[in-house]
Amino acid sequence: MSTTTTPRTARTAPSMMSSVGLVAGREISVRMRSKAFLISTGILMLAVLASVMFGGLASQNPELTKVAVIGSSADAASSAIAATDSLEAVTADSLEQAEQMLRDGEVSAIVVPSEDAASANPVTVIGLDQAPSDVVGALSIRPTIELLDEPGQNPFLIYLVAIGFGLVFFMSAMTFGTTIAQSVVEEKQTRIVEILMSTIPVRALLAGKVVGNSVMAFLQIVAIAALAILGMVVTSQKVLLGTLGSSVIWFVVFFAIGFVMLAALYAATASMVSRSEDIGSVTSPVMILVMLPYILVILFNNNPTVLAVMSYVPFSAPVGMPMRIFLGTAEWWEPLLSLAILVLTTVLTLALGSRIYSNSLLRLGARVKLSEALKR
Amino acid sequence: MLEIRNVNKSYGERAVLQDVSFTVGRGRMTGFVGGNGAGKTTTMRIILGVLSADAGTVSLDGAPLTAADRRRFGYMPEERGLYPKMRVHEQLVYLARLHGFAPAAAKRNATALLEQLGLGERANDTVESLSLGNQQRAQIAAALVHEPEVLVLDEPFSGLDPMAVDVVLGVLQSHAASGAPVLFSSHQLDIVERLCDDLVIIADGRIRANDSTDALRKQHGSSRYEILLGGGEGGTGDAGWLREVAGVSVIDFDGGYALFEAGDEARAAVLERAVASGQLASFGPHEPSLAQVFREVIR
Repeated sequence: MSTTTTPRTARTAPSMMSSVGLVAGREISVRMRSKAFLISTGILMLAVLASVMFGGLASQNPELTKVAVIGSSADAASSAIAATDSLEAVTADSLEQAEQMLRDGEVSAIVVPSEDAASANPVTVIGLDQAPSDVVGALSIRPTIELLDEPGQNPFLIYLVAIGFGLVFFMSAMTFGTTIAQSVVEEKQTRIVEILMSTIPVRALLAGKVVGNSVMAFLQIVAIAALAILGMVVTSQKVLLGTLGSSVIWFVVFFAIGFVMLAALYAATASMVSRSEDIGSVTSPVMILVMLPYILVILFNNNPTVLAVMSYVPFSAPVGMPMRIFLGTAEWWEPLLSLAILVLTTVLTLALGSRIYSNSLLRLGARVKLSEALKR
Repeated sequence: MLEIRNVNKSYGERAVLQDVSFTVGRGRMTGFVGGNGAGKTTTMRIILGVLSADAGTVSLDGAPLTAADRRRFGYMPEERGLYPKMRVHEQLVYLARLHGFAPAAAKRNATALLEQLGLGERANDTVESLSLGNQQRAQIAAALVHEPEVLVLDEPFSGLDPMAVDVVLGVLQSHAASGAPVLFSSHQLDIVERLCDDLVIIADGRIRANDSTDALRKQHGSSRYEILLGGGEGGTGDAGWLREVAGVSVIDFDGGYALFEAGDEARAAVLERAVASGQLASFGPHEPSLAQVFREVIR
């Protein structure tokens, strides 16, 4: 048979790096072939694009109020309207036609030059049955306004951005966290893990899984961030881009590291069970860690104390710190400090996770107790 | 030669392996038998380095095993394991590459092996879509795809039909013939009997026997004889009188048939009396089956 007649093929023992690469490559190729994954990514992308468009509309000026002017020639009325930024002039041929438009509700008011040229007001506003206060307000002469503090962000926009960061973090972490948990249990359940363990070091196996899924999660986040920035550019929301741009970039950086930590936790907890039905219950503590930042940022996006705490706790920092950067409440060194804390926690989590993982992989049947999984 | 020396392993209070030592010679098919929970799987996992022993060593040709050595082992775990949703060929290529093969060589090996095992047409099917017997063949392919120099197979024949047993048997024998130590466990003692040169018997975590099958048979059957007495007109005779012969201990008895143990003198006396009775149909030394040897050894 060929096994005895063919000469042995030359081979080199794969390095740690290439083992990790092979495992990660398999994780990625399996994911890319999964229709469920491609569809859910598509939906997430669309949701992000839609919310950027919607957010753009919300942050733009409200729709212009229409007022009628008589005749198309420039007069005091049309120049007064042009001086405002909330009124739009609709030309009527005569006063009768303008009144008809007012009665039909096509315009909110009629603006005509004052008859008495010496009057303090150059224009007269004609309303239907009550004074059109928004038109009057727009045409009034305003006192000069000075603010002691920097102007804050639009509260509605803050809310949208909070949901955006929270939801994207939550969705991506959940999707890929669950994926890595399933992949761990699949190997354990099918026992291929024994073959893998006899071939490559357990650390390489765990690292490959974490790297593969983190790369996928990272690519998804980068794609979402790129889509969001592109959406802002296309809808020419320069203002939003300026304030949101840097926080989006920080979000991507924090997510990249934060997800590695979550992936290690997901892999470690999942390795303690032997059946895919048990993944849900064993990973629920990690799931709460993923959900908490999402809920907190929605509830407390206007509470500086809660946000400050969130931006330093490693599990919520990927949402909390970008939020504070967006709000302009973070000093320049704060993201760096928080990132250092996150990196440190991630390294510790990886060490702990790798111990749980290698201790639990061969224990079939009942769920492995945490105390046993942590044994040396 | 693969050598396991003084290996101990316990889970908490429970000692699973106690002072386990045996050898698997190059070019020898070595059967590893024992009851459920006797410690076969644990021993194999320790050989593969999947589990670590509490004490003891595993060495190949005198040198302790390293991770690099173990990468040249072919291993088939007791409970079958392959990715259910991955294609058979792709999966074999992945495993070969984890063992350090270049992509082209990995593909070539996978293709050749699938042909050899009669799975060529199923190469692009997912594992879960294969029949159980074919999944088993795929599993064997997974243990062989990296041209292993040592084979450790846990129950390689369970779930195989007789044709597949022959195919797998051929592959394993060719590996042994090329000088590889082959260790496999099995519950099917008839297959072990057909197949293996050496036998390791384990019970309650201790090695009870480790020798060639021929030696074991001799050891357990040297003073045993079988006798069959026929009746006058084709009826069965009665071998009951054997019990009265001095120096004979009857092990099994059924009408005209008896299996007994006797020294040279007693044997001669029995034969003489049987011939004299005119009923003797057959007489000869008893070759115990491995199943019998096994039962006696673990008793």
